[in-house]
Amino acid sequence: MPLKLKLHTKPEVPLEADCVCPDRMQSLNMTEIEDLIVFHGNCQVPLKNFFECSGEFDGEIDIEGDLVNVKHIASTMSFGKMTVSGNVGVHIGAAMSGGEIIVEGDASDWVGPEMLGGRITIKGNAGHMVGSGYRGSTMGMQGGEIIVHGNVKNETGHVMRRGLIVVGGDSGDFTGVNMLAGTIIVLGQMGIRAGAGMKRGSIICQTKSELLPTFTRSCDYQPSFLRHYFKHLESLGLIISDSLMNSPFERWCGDSIELNRGEILLYAGK
Amino acid sequence: MKIKSTTIVDTFAEAFKMYGSRVIITADSKEWAMAAAQSITGFATSVIGCKCEAGIETIINANDSPDLRPGVSVLIFAMDAESLGKRLMERIGQCVMTCPTTACYNGLAGGSPVMVGGKLRYFGDGHQISKVIDGFKFWRIPVMDGEFLVNDEFNVQEAVGGGNLLILGKDQKSTLKAANAATKAMSQLTDIILPFPNGVVRSGSKVGSKYKKMIASTNDAYCPTLRGVVKKSELDDGINSVLEIVIDGLTLEAVEQAMRVGVMAAIKPGIKKISAGNYGGGLGQYHIHLLKLGFEN
Repeated sequence: MPLKLKLHTKPEVPLEADCVCPDRMQSLNMTEIEDLIVFHGNCQVPLKNFFECSGEFDGEIDIEGDLVNVKHIASTMSFGKMTVSGNVGVHIGAAMSGGEIIVEGDASDWVGPEMLGGRITIKGNAGHMVGSGYRGSTMGMQGGEIIVHGNVKNETGHVMRRGLIVVGGDSGDFTGVNMLAGTIIVLGQMGIRAGAGMKRGSIICQTKSELLPTFTRSCDYQPSFLRHYFKHLESLGLIISDSLMNSPFERWCGDSIELNRGEILLYAGK
Repeated sequence: MKIKSTTIVDTFAEAFKMYGSRVIITADSKEWAMAAAQSITGFATSVIGCKCEAGIETIINANDSPDLRPGVSVLIFAMDAESLGKRLMERIGQCVMTCPTTACYNGLAGGSPVMVGGKLRYFGDGHQISKVIDGFKFWRIPVMDGEFLVNDEFNVQEAVGGGNLLILGKDQKSTLKAANAATKAMSQLTDIILPFPNGVVRSGSKVGSKYKKMIASTNDAYCPTLRGVVKKSELDDGINSVLEIVIDGLTLEAVEQAMRVGVMAAIKPGIKKISAGNYGGGLGQYHIHLLKLGFEN
């Protein structure tokens, strides 16, 4: 039976709840869990002031309620499973290294910043800076997978180093900006300046997109590796059309102001 | 034991511990996948002279293949894991990477990994790209028709080599017909290969030779032309042709099953005996007794 947390009082100011994480809760009894400290604005308060706790931790945590003002859930998570039935606030899964987070609703900015491993699935939309590095950091996401079924905003995969980000809908501007390596797949449309400053890595987009002049067209071809990604995405519940599976892609290399070892693959089917 | 007019000799096949791997080759068409498969399994009949033994295991439909393209599954065997790793790198590099439109994947879930794509990647001269997809690492190596995709590592596992059957017939024609029937039936099975041409070998060997440099030489006890010449021939009067089928498998059970199927298919008019080759039992780790394979007469 999973541990269940139900939000009974909506926080008026952001609630920092990095203690809501399997790593922190695994060896605690119910009283200890209820007394875990969260930051409500600048005040330290027990978790029970906002959440009703029930069940027993068996590796899974189910959270219910509108958590749009709750930050840092599952930060540094390394194992287990967490399901959020609703929306969630910023910094979910920050620096997580294992386990799985599923958000049934939307997520705010900074989903999985500097993530190392595991998987985050957002069934709705997500905000800016998905899988990115914090300002000043040299590396963003370094492993694992972030799957957003809806749209995302700007700077997805900023300084990303490794791993996979999938956007089922559209992505905002500067997708993969300053990317170091890794893979970003956008099944909708990309905003402007995708891959700006990227050194290595792959950005794949199902639609045609206007690219920066520092990208050079290489060829049209059918990369075998994409079929593996598409098969994997189908297994995760995303819909991949036959035409996409069998389509050629236009390969652009760049960014030539950097190493020029990155690539943007744009759908070239009819 | 006699089944119809064929005697199943009370003897055993002496098989050896080997290491095996499964290589999945896909391509844009089954013809190109098969071309690469035939190339990678070429000159791989016996470890004695070829350093490895290889064969085509099965054809894979596009829907069941790793990248949804037509594929062929190939098994390769060698005497130890290290040399198998070398053979994989050589053969995938020379026979699959060179073949248009192909990609090459590890086909074993268990066993221990040996690096293959991780070494072949250097052919990319710095332009190679790695990708980790669903926990598996691949290398994308740029080639002139696009990219060659290969797993970073291939698994190798303990396997069984040298399972065998000897078909002793009244003449070459009936013996060949029986051998063909046996290999056709055995080819339907998975986890095994028959590494010799069309699955059949006529030059069976014994250990050693009168010549010091030779580690193996013709199996004179089963050569019909040497009856009356050698001290101990295994051939009765009326046996004028012998053919051998060698089986390598990923498991002992798979080899035994193949031998069982092969024996039953080879029982045909003109086949006097079905036997098996061994070296007295002192060399091979596995003794597969024909009469324990579970026949009913």
